[in-house]
Amino acid sequence: MPMLQTLGLNKRFGGLHVTNNVDLTLQAGEVHCLIGPNGAGKSTLFRLILGEHLPSSGAILFGGEDITSLKPFQRIRRGMSVKFQVPGIFKALSVRQNLEIAMQHHYPPAVLGEEIDKLLAFLNLTADSTRLAGNLSHGQKQWLEIGMAVSLKPRLLLLDEPTAGMSPEETHATGEMVKRLNAQGMTVLAVEHDMAFVRQVAQQVTVLHLGKVFAQGSIDEIVANEDVAAIYLGQTTAHETAHEPAGGPHA
Amino acid sequence: MNALSRFFARLEGPQTLGRGPGFWIGFLIVLAGACAYPLFSDGYTVGNTVYFFTWIFMALGLSLIWGYGGALSFGQTAFFGIAGYAYGILTINFGAAYGFTFIALLFAVAIAALFAALLGYFLFFGRISGVFLGIVTLSVTLVLERFMAQTAGPEWKIGAARLNGFNGMSNMPPLTVPWPGGDIVLFPDVQLYYVVLGMLVLVYLGLRILVNSPFGNVLVAIRENPERAEMLGYDIRKYQLGTFVIGAALAGLSGVLYTSWGQYITPSSMGMTAAALPIVWVAVGGRSDLTTTLVGTITVLAVFQALTIHGSQYALVVMGIMLVLTVLLAPRGLIYALARLIARPFSKRQPGDA
Ligand SMILES: Nc1ncnc2c1ncn2[C@@H]1O[C@H](COP(=O)(O)OP(=O)(O)O)[C@@H](O)[C@H]1O
Ligand SMILES: [Mg+2]
Repeated sequence: MPMLQTLGLNKRFGGLHVTNNVDLTLQAGEVHCLIGPNGAGKSTLFRLILGEHLPSSGAILFGGEDITSLKPFQRIRRGMSVKFQVPGIFKALSVRQNLEIAMQHHYPPAVLGEEIDKLLAFLNLTADSTRLAGNLSHGQKQWLEIGMAVSLKPRLLLLDEPTAGMSPEETHATGEMVKRLNAQGMTVLAVEHDMAFVRQVAQQVTVLHLGKVFAQGSIDEIVANEDVAAIYLGQTTAHETAHEPAGGPHA
Repeated sequence: MNALSRFFARLEGPQTLGRGPGFWIGFLIVLAGACAYPLFSDGYTVGNTVYFFTWIFMALGLSLIWGYGGALSFGQTAFFGIAGYAYGILTINFGAAYGFTFIALLFAVAIAALFAALLGYFLFFGRISGVFLGIVTLSVTLVLERFMAQTAGPEWKIGAARLNGFNGMSNMPPLTVPWPGGDIVLFPDVQLYYVVLGMLVLVYLGLRILVNSPFGNVLVAIRENPERAEMLGYDIRKYQLGTFVIGAALAGLSGVLYTSWGQYITPSSMGMTAAALPIVWVAVGGRSDLTTTLVGTITVLAVFQALTIHGSQYALVVMGIMLVLTVLLAPRGLIYALARLIARPFSKRQPGDA
């Protein structure tokens, strides 16, 4: 049974057709990357999967269950979690408290402190545990939020541009972490622009363009696809200054 | 660490200023001073101090809802008024014998809490937030004020209790403790002072434990980023509703204590000025901390009372100026800023650390 399935998913904002008849299937245990130019509708698809937006039509199945009308927190409790594109951490609280809020109902109180220490060490944030999360570097914020998402021990982990603002070394380390989590059985869906990262982790790649599934396959098939290269080239002329600090794809 | 010691360990934590022996020794000294104070004062002055104390419960409740939960309720006076009137109606009809005044207190607070649960359900499950929450809650308290103001006619009575329109309801019995040798009537005097002081200490310590518990963690998470809180699997509406009900119950407790203190309540206790004052106390002191809220409320009330001697309009203007200065100079509160300043030399810890 697939871990996640979207069936004929549509989302319109007024006249804007942002998600257009998307059928996406994630097998349990795979790392799946979602790529596509800015404005392709990747983050919107995440919000549909999470229940922050309700689809105009279509359905979403999670582990075979129809979750289309569930509230976001109900979906999270069924075993998914997310790292948003813009880090959604609790800025005025300490790093440690951020993790405590994520983990407090997943561990018995007696071991909670220890588990937080472990995760802090894993995230390389031990020395920063008493700092306010809002004062971390951009890369550290990304790590903190990834840590919060992972600490829920989800079946399906959604990562929206997890490596934006990270150095190549940090990006590589993030890729290794994703592979380790995947080896432990976690299914991962990641939006990513960094092609080195995609090559490092992805078993399946889906290209989204203008809200539609444009191409699908292994990373080599996608890179070899001339139509895919063309839509990215089209984007660099049309949206060169779009909000994309990490630069376009490195394909 | 067993469950009980973990429970009391939450008296301190990232959500409350003040930790360690220094703070608690200071706390005990202040408490001892508060206990000894009636010995060095007269009954009238002590009774006046009780009047100050009655408001603090409402202020602490607002700190919880607004300072910790991030939801600005402009209508805490609605719950204050409902509970005050409910206490009057119950005790005027059923008297004060057999300790009934304390049962009436519980009922009145419960009625205010129930009303808050209904109102809060529509607000939070309807995802009303930000300035709209303030507008709706303010409207509710003003509507209640208008409604009570037009109940002057003799047809407006519940049992023996005349609502009495703008003149207000009066002559309800004060809180009374049943006692073998004759009931102890808690007139605004030394005995009432100790009862209210005891309640205040319990509520303050209880709230400290609450805000440092997992519940309090989620509450500040909702204030910081409601979307992220929900995406950690929390049904944030339930937390917001629970907080709103607790804060309303505390406003209700203030209402009951105020009503039994003066044996009097009027619709203006739910009016515009009354509704704005708790916001001034809490904002000026420092809404995001229970202790600064408590100290700030007492300070502002004392200043207000001192100024009222020169005319109450004048005092209100000064309140307004204090609020504006706070917003401009110390948005987290004057007492809060002062507490940080005092604490700095003693501690190298960062704000908000765990
Ligand atoms: N809430 C919204 N209301 C209206 N338009 C939106 C909303 N969210 C996204 N959009 C639009 O949908 C398109 C896709 O956005 P998004 O999903 O963020 O793209 P991506 O993540 O692929 O860059 C963009 O044109 C964006 O402006
Ligand atoms: Mg996006």
